[in-house]
Amino acid sequence: MLLEQLINGITLGSIYAIVALGFTLVFGVLGIINMAHGEIFMFGAFIGVIVTSVMGLPLWVAFIAAIAVTAVLGYMLERIALRPLRGKQGVSHLAPLISTIGVSILLENLSHHLFGAGNQPFRNAFAEIQIQIGSITIYLVQILIFVISVALMLALSYWLSKTKAGKALRATAENLETASLLGVNTKRTITTTVIIASVMGGIAGILVGMAFNSVNPQMGLSMGLKGLAIIILGGMGNVKGAMAGGLLLGIAETLIVAYGDSGYRDAVAFITIIFILLLRPQGLFGKNTAESGR
Amino acid sequence: MRKIIKNSYLLISVFMLLILAACGNDTTTTDGNDSEAEKTDGPVSAKIGVISYLTGPGAAYGEAITNGFNLALEEINEKGEVKIELDIQDSAGKQEQALSVAQKLMSSDDIVAILGPTLSTEMNVVGPEADMNGIPIMGTSTTAAGIPQIGEYVFRNSLPESLAIPAALEKAVEKFDAKSVAILYGNDDLFTKSGFDTMKAVAEDMGLDIVTIETFQKGQSDYNALLTKIKDLNPDLILASALYNEGAVIMDQARKMGIEVPFIGGNGFNSPQVIEIAGPASEGLIVATPWFGDKEDPKVQEFVGKYEAKYGKKPDQFAAQAYDALYIMAEGLKNAGEADRDALRDALAEIKDLDGVLGKFSFDEEGDVVMDPTVLVIKDGKFQLFE
Repeated sequence: MLLEQLINGITLGSIYAIVALGFTLVFGVLGIINMAHGEIFMFGAFIGVIVTSVMGLPLWVAFIAAIAVTAVLGYMLERIALRPLRGKQGVSHLAPLISTIGVSILLENLSHHLFGAGNQPFRNAFAEIQIQIGSITIYLVQILIFVISVALMLALSYWLSKTKAGKALRATAENLETASLLGVNTKRTITTTVIIASVMGGIAGILVGMAFNSVNPQMGLSMGLKGLAIIILGGMGNVKGAMAGGLLLGIAETLIVAYGDSGYRDAVAFITIIFILLLRPQGLFGKNTAESGR
Repeated sequence: MRKIIKNSYLLISVFMLLILAACGNDTTTTDGNDSEAEKTDGPVSAKIGVISYLTGPGAAYGEAITNGFNLALEEINEKGEVKIELDIQDSAGKQEQALSVAQKLMSSDDIVAILGPTLSTEMNVVGPEADMNGIPIMGTSTTAAGIPQIGEYVFRNSLPESLAIPAALEKAVEKFDAKSVAILYGNDDLFTKSGFDTMKAVAEDMGLDIVTIETFQKGQSDYNALLTKIKDLNPDLILASALYNEGAVIMDQARKMGIEVPFIGGNGFNSPQVIEIAGPASEGLIVATPWFGDKEDPKVQEFVGKYEAKYGKKPDQFAAQAYDALYIMAEGLKNAGEADRDALRDALAEIKDLDGVLGKFSFDEEGDVVMDPTVLVIKDGKFQLFE
């Protein structure tokens, strides 16, 4: 049973990690907690359902469609809700947070309207493929989720540290004005970042739809909150931290249900986070700056 | 200044007197005419208020319920034994809105009774108010425990969980010779929580071994952890107090994991949507319901045919309960012989073995339902009688 539960935990944790990666990217560059991320994730899941279950098209089309739609949503988020507030005199630093909350409410209600309030089944032959080892059943989707989450983490780390665009992004994160003076097209960098983060949310959405066969307009909220907790746990704006934090939370939640009481799942998971933060206020992988060490 | 106030007081009191006098006149004359007419030849005519969940996420319930009312209304008025007029109001599924529209209805003297509201939580605030004002109120979809116990003016014709769950459980235990059960419930919803309390009590009464009790929340998508745990404990039955949205996903993940034991659900789990969402994984869900649309009863088939012709879809439990509810009201009005709130209450309380599409219906001394539920199981992609 332990092995099965660990597989459950790693699957859940990998999904948390992908959601958290999107969060941490936007936070790292813009310093904004993007509350609409969970809803973009939910939209990705719905696009997956529509393409595969309703239109009957193959899975890869669903991935492309979800990536396209969430990319557009990401662009609109940046263009409409974030850019107008940036660098303006007298705009509170909380204003972008509030405007992303607005976008999240808008998207949730929009999906209520478009897709209905109930759960949508995700029928796909790919989701049924399983491997039987003894009494343990592993679904290919579970392996895929883990592989994709690790691959995304590695790709992001590489992109951020080695490529020119990644360096430009880090420069922008460090100081927007200086980067701009040094010839970085900060507008484009920021837009790209928000789009990449949204696309990652969309991919996570499809994976959740396949793994749990459950897609509904409310799924974004709880995932969003978990993602937020994970980036705080892993260290704000840290890619490896998001991955580790996601896996940690996923496994912790699963084990609490397995060996404890399912009613205390979230409580114990979040109390653990509080304890870790008391010991390491900067998060697991966060840099110990002078400010956070105070 | 003071003079003006004094004068206005005088004016107001004169007006009030006039109004009072007018009222007195009005009522005496119409009363005289009407009651004589009613008692001699014409049918009782009455206005009934309806509070329903017409906008918002649960609007589908309100739609089915008002469709049921409207169909019954047409038939009753056509028959002509009583004349009924409905005043339909929207509660949007919110307690405060339900209360304010209820107060509006109660303050109107024409309204002799209220049907609704849709949710048990709404009834918990509207019921006491109606009881205090002495207006009969009947819930058609309120299944939580304690609703008719609010007061003597509060009735319901919806089958409570405390009747449905034991019926389903007893039949299933008998059939599968079950010894152990696992219980799952949503712990963030009053309705599923109350269903769980009933399940636990019934299982304990029957001497079943409860191997584990697990909880989940609304909108949760991953149930693998708790299902793996249940799989390991290997119970004979799984009792799930869930709404169909979560319940269907739970069944889907359970079947994928290789849990093949039957599920027993409460009222919230009883929906054709389960089959839609979970597909073949929904096979083996057992529920007790007051309503079975495929019953070979001419009355039921006539209702289904008429409903489908009029609204283009099959009636569900909520439409059927609403349909019967208006017939119960009509019977009450007929027996009361006049459109009076207190007379109607007394007549309602005495209703016994009234034939409806749900079967024979009676109220017990508290205004709660007395009827035999039908136990159904999902088999071959549809609900069938569970024998």
